[in-house]
Amino acid sequence: MKELVVISGKGGTGKTSLTAAFASLAKNKIICDADVDAADLHLILHPKIKKCTDFKAGHSAIINTEMCSACGTCRELCQWDAINTSFSVDPIRCEGCGVCVYFCPEKAINFPEKTSGQWFISDTRLGPMVHAALGIAEENSGKLVSLVRQEAKKLADEKKKDLIVTDGPPGIGCPVIATVGGANAVIIVTEPTVSGVHDMERVSELARFFKVPAMVCVNKADINPEKTEEIAEFAMENGLKYLGEIPFDPVFTQSMVNGQTIFEYDSVSNTSKAVKNVWENVAEEIGI
Amino acid sequence: MIISVASGKGGTGKTTIATSLAVSIGENVQLLDCDVEEPNAHLFIHPVFVETEAVSTPVPRIDDSKCSLCGKCEDICQFKAIAKIADSILTFPELCHSCGGCWKVCPEGAIEKTGRRLGDVQIGHRNGVTFVHGRLRVGEAMAPPLINSVRSFANPDMLTIIDAPPGTSCPVISAMYGTDFILLVTEPTPFGLHDLKLAVGAVKILNIPCGLVINRSDIGNDEVKIFAADNSIPTLLEIPFDRHIAESYSRGVTIAEAVPQWKDRFKKLYIDIQKIVD
Repeated sequence: MKELVVISGKGGTGKTSLTAAFASLAKNKIICDADVDAADLHLILHPKIKKCTDFKAGHSAIINTEMCSACGTCRELCQWDAINTSFSVDPIRCEGCGVCVYFCPEKAINFPEKTSGQWFISDTRLGPMVHAALGIAEENSGKLVSLVRQEAKKLADEKKKDLIVTDGPPGIGCPVIATVGGANAVIIVTEPTVSGVHDMERVSELARFFKVPAMVCVNKADINPEKTEEIAEFAMENGLKYLGEIPFDPVFTQSMVNGQTIFEYDSVSNTSKAVKNVWENVAEEIGI
Repeated sequence: MIISVASGKGGTGKTTIATSLAVSIGENVQLLDCDVEEPNAHLFIHPVFVETEAVSTPVPRIDDSKCSLCGKCEDICQFKAIAKIADSILTFPELCHSCGGCWKVCPEGAIEKTGRRLGDVQIGHRNGVTFVHGRLRVGEAMAPPLINSVRSFANPDMLTIIDAPPGTSCPVISAMYGTDFILLVTEPTPFGLHDLKLAVGAVKILNIPCGLVINRSDIGNDEVKIFAADNSIPTLLEIPFDRHIAESYSRGVTIAEAVPQWKDRFKKLYIDIQKIVD
């Protein structure tokens, strides 16, 4: 079984629209949305949730004011300035390190486990899907990503699927590291802009850091043909498979508004052909 | 005053808005790029950098000659960054959150502090704009402490504009926490709306006044406007899709410089924000 992850570095380059398109072309696969912080793939795939599970991770300190002697030890030790002068803990600032809990001389601090989100196993018209929703302002996105990927693998084993197509988060930090590590290959969807190039370079460095082979495709390629050329050259010089170009096309927005993949909305346009061509290059490169 | 520019969804135009606003105001203004994973604002501000500082976070190192293998450090660590294996204590610095628990709890004084490099903070300027950004080291997972480092450069005598990362989890909260106003940038599409709702949820938790910029305002549908009206979020600026703006962006040119009449609209945006904050 192979796991293919779509990332971008920069947000808004078209990761999710293209993941949905690739998922509709891939055969015998599981779909996985690892952008747990701002998941959007479900807006195209309309999953029917079969199983919903709470995601418990981390703890949060809560001071029992009746037992608190206001000695100030917790305030002194807290590295996050999460405890105010009236000894209540700001749950947004609390890192869940438990140092205050351990050292409170009155044992006045409770430390309950938090429910930080939910994860789902669903059916979609394109196949089974594993996805999640991290609670707003929550931590532990990396742990939830790892969990979602693990569950997608389990499901793929159970259902005898050969491929997992994963929509990844933007950036290069904790959730992206959790998405990329151990994958068979990543597709970097970029755009020909100064930001797109800058971020593609950093996320390709991340893929190299984790020894995951990377491929690059350029979305909105005609916005700046020179930058597109620059990306193709960068790919060649850095051993990244160059998958090709997709034109800037409002058809992506229109299909999103309709809750459809680009092929369901318009299967004959040049843009659809370009996306198919990119996918054929992916399939050839990873041998599926 | 500190204005943070945030969005939920990536690629809606946060950096475009933050840089155009900074350039339009043009004096006594600082721009802090807190998207430390993928900092882009410098590509539009083109600052002259005058200083680069490495930023590290303290992590434990065990002095085996003093360690009695009591295991208290392993017990207190919530992040699995210390493990007692056979007759030694192993540390996993990349998992450490620098809470200080292990130093404090060790009865032998056997834990020294060493540093894990998070990345760099760079300080520069162009014309009247002071510029600071953080660059997370590739392979480093934890953005929030580096974001806090960038924010420590906020000068209360200036207008501070923060370019926040996308999403709604800890890095975004670190960038928005304690700011005076959150300018939410979205696009009128289903993805834009869905992620805007998440961002508004975060703004409500932080209890900070907010307003909306709708970028590429003539694509997609009307759902974002309906949502904004239903939730009494003022729409402060709408920017229609313009291929010239998109092409200028691709070359690192802000809207305010690509289409000069936008400068006044961004100045007015700032005045509108001031009115809301006051």
